Amino acid sequence: MFLRIAFKSLMNRKGSVIMTLLAIAVAIFVLLGIEHIRKQARDSFASTVSGVDLIVGARTGSLNLLLYSVFRVGAPTANIGWDTFQKISNDKDVAWAIPISLGDSHEGYRVLGTSTDYFEHFSYGNKRELSFAEGQAFSGTYDVVLGAQVAQTLQYELGRQIILAHGIVSTSFSLHDGKPFTVVGILEPTGTPVDQTVHVKLEGIEAIHAGPQPGASAPSFGQALARPVEPNLSPKSITAALVGLKSRMVTFRVQRQLNTYAGEPLLAILPGVALSELWQMVGMFENVLRLISGLVLVAAVLGLGAVLLASVRERNHEINLLRVLGAPPYYLFLLMELEAVLICLSGMLLGMLSLYLGLLAVEEALFTHFGLYLNPTLFTTEGLIIMLLVLAAALLAAAIPSMRVYAQAKGYNEG
Amino acid sequence: MTIELKDVTFSHSEVPEKTVLDIPHWSVEAGQHLFVHGPSGSGKTTLLNLLSGLSACRQGEISILGERLDRMSSRQRDRFRANHIGYVFQRFNLIPYLSAIENIELARSFSSTPHGRAAQADARSLLESLQVASDDWLRPCSGLSMGQQQRVAIARALINHPEILIADEPTSSLDQQNRDNFLSVLMSLVAEENMTLLFVSHDLALSSHFGRVEGLGDISRTGR
Repeated sequence: MFLRIAFKSLMNRKGSVIMTLLAIAVAIFVLLGIEHIRKQARDSFASTVSGVDLIVGARTGSLNLLLYSVFRVGAPTANIGWDTFQKISNDKDVAWAIPISLGDSHEGYRVLGTSTDYFEHFSYGNKRELSFAEGQAFSGTYDVVLGAQVAQTLQYELGRQIILAHGIVSTSFSLHDGKPFTVVGILEPTGTPVDQTVHVKLEGIEAIHAGPQPGASAPSFGQALARPVEPNLSPKSITAALVGLKSRMVTFRVQRQLNTYAGEPLLAILPGVALSELWQMVGMFENVLRLISGLVLVAAVLGLGAVLLASVRERNHEINLLRVLGAPPYYLFLLMELEAVLICLSGMLLGMLSLYLGLLAVEEALFTHFGLYLNPTLFTTEGLIIMLLVLAAALLAAAIPSMRVYAQAKGYNEG
Repeated sequence: MTIELKDVTFSHSEVPEKTVLDIPHWSVEAGQHLFVHGPSGSGKTTLLNLLSGLSACRQGEISILGERLDRMSSRQRDRFRANHIGYVFQRFNLIPYLSAIENIELARSFSSTPHGRAAQADARSLLESLQVASDDWLRPCSGLSMGQQQRVAIARALINHPEILIADEPTSSLDQQNRDNFLSVLMSLVAEENMTLLFVSHDLALSSHFGRVEGLGDISRTGR
């Protein structure tokens, strides 16, 4: 009966209750949304690369190098020579080195020129290695391995022939259409930018940029397939290199050696440190967003208190009647608090549902354009803590009208 | 004695120097139907609040059904009221957004009488005996006529089978026909249940229905 009275009382004041509920839903949407995206972005970025001790590229900003080499965001300013890469990979302290060559695309997805070491040593998340859903690593110059998202979105299967484009826009007019590639492998989903990458051999990148340039008359598929592999396709330069060291102890020494390399200007960065710099940069922005969402919540909760307070006067008869029927003052106090809880929980539910649907709607776009994998599941410890705090704030805001009702009920006894 | 007051004086806490009630001795026997009249503001409602335990008696003795109300805590008086006293007002007898059945069940929920299905069955049977159309049982009470609302109020007051029924100007907002209907239904139910009835009104024309008639001035020195 207690719950029924609270519910029906709220239904009796639909207009003001719905407005308050919407205000709380918006506050929850903003608060949880910002917190969720912030945390997911951090987790997503942090899990994109694992086990890489150094990233080496041409001299530029450390963030820029991190962003284009790992997250495929932004553009490299310059390349590093192939002979430099070979020296790095042959260093006694280096366990493995993965070359990376960027600059081409297919249907808007970045093409990554690399070696088979990529599939052997690159790991993500908690040192999880790449694995194949179908097929295998490339072996031929014109073989291509697709990330899971690319294969799924473009509905490509093994054996499919694709054309790469110069540059990174999806509508490039500069197609390497004389040099089709064949899909030989599709990777398992990783939840990282790997999923939206088209992987080819470095020699393949060299091959499409050698000989007739984009725009020249294209041979037929048959001619292309019949074409022998061009000689001397060893790469001249690469965009960056991911380096794994034999011992973590030597990381700073190798970093210093690379940063002072005399052959050409290089920049070697520690991915973790660069990520920290990134978080430091966005930290201030995050705090401002948190502050704004906190203020939105305070406004919503104060609105809830005001609506309940306004209802006290119009419910005088109801309060008196309940007292006559035997309801103790604390019952009336709890009734007001229960109404606040019901409004708050409904607002939370609506806010969470809207956020969930919103995340589902933008999930694909965020992943495609920013490489940001957002899990729409909102049930996290942080989310739960936020909910409990909001509930506590609502109870606190409702305490004023509840106390007023309590005092009014007690007033009877005092005469 | 169902009701007995000794040396009761009462004043509101906001105006402590003004005594509202001063009752040296007053009693009502079980099963009596008492009509109390007096002008507005003479302290009739204050007397009813003291008898029902809504207001605390700070001076004097109030015994209801053999229990000392003046010695009970606020919570004990609330429970006592829910179990033993039915109440009907002039207006605002019902919570407007609840149905007739829910309003009646609500009174049961504060008493020691079993709740749930038994309460609902009792409520239906009371509404039937009060001739409230079954179509109106589940509608919000705000949609009922004043006459219907007062009938539902009687049903609500009787649901816990109280020994005492207090009616505070219950016919003031009814027209002549509804007033007569209301009184006839009330008196027959009170007789059926053998309850003590305390009916307060300023309308002396109603006094003919009652076995005992008293002015507030006969009860309290302040009303003289």
